[in-house]
Amino acid sequence: MTCREVVELMTDYLDGFLSPADRARFEDHIHGCDGCRAYLAQLRTARSLIGRAADEPVPEPLKAELMNAFRSWKSS
Amino acid sequence: MLFSSRTPWPEEPSTYPGPRVVREPTDPDLEALRSKDEAAFEALIGRYHGPMMRLAMTYLRDRGAAEDAVQETWLTCLKTLDRFEGRSSLKTWIFGILLNVARSRRRKESRILPFTSLFRREGGDDRGPTVDPRRFGKDGMWSTPPDSWSNVPETRLLDRETGEKVKAAIEQLPSKQREVVILRDVAGFEADEVCALLSISQANQRVRLHRGRASVRKTLEEYLR
Repeated sequence: MTCREVVELMTDYLDGFLSPADRARFEDHIHGCDGCRAYLAQLRTARSLIGRAADEPVPEPLKAELMNAFRSWKSS
Repeated sequence: MLFSSRTPWPEEPSTYPGPRVVREPTDPDLEALRSKDEAAFEALIGRYHGPMMRLAMTYLRDRGAAEDAVQETWLTCLKTLDRFEGRSSLKTWIFGILLNVARSRRRKESRILPFTSLFRREGGDDRGPTVDPRRFGKDGMWSTPPDSWSNVPETRLLDRETGEKVKAAIEQLPSKQREVVILRDVAGFEADEVCALLSISQANQRVRLHRGRASVRKTLEEYLR
């Protein structure tokens, strides 16, 4: 496997979608390749940082409206 | 901390085809909603607000419109909760409603928006390499390998500016990649659930996710250089 091929398999690797044979070849390559290890670490970091985009508070006016709606639903 | 907190994915790859997640027979969120638990509802809207906003903004023109869609989604959830049969998880049901609401609102918007803004984010390439081919030699090995980010201070990775860069990079993705990246990496859905929500194949899901993450990585590489 070349680095050019390995970088395109990284999401499949992280998701566990490589066949056992491909996974073994992938890991063999990664163990001997600083560049691909760095790239894989970067993709993992990117994924973690994308996950942080989930942190967003509900704006107060929207929250107030939703809680009011909940209360009238509750009492209906 | 970056990798230990609230990671919705396994750190190590599971073996193909992967163990299916066994769903709890009773979903505590669903039970709480059915018993009209106000605190549980408040916690739920707080937990899903970020992912729901990101997803709504894939379809709608601005934050205000996205917020309206999120609001309509929750109202629809309350109104139809007694008809929810639990065939999917509560979370999948909620995001499915959001997709319907946002898509239908976009159809209405599209009647008043000019063409260019409507199709601005459509399409997008699902082919070709995700790393600039000039970074590899003729043998396919790195000639310009990526720098290790291990010397980038975690405070920098986690600061507000980096967070804004990442959000902007997500916004710039072609819409089909963006919705997959948001559902997988922001909302924390499993691959199967994303395929079902968007009615796409596993192969499509993987290609879009990979291309989307690779684009965000590239933006970060330029920013952290």
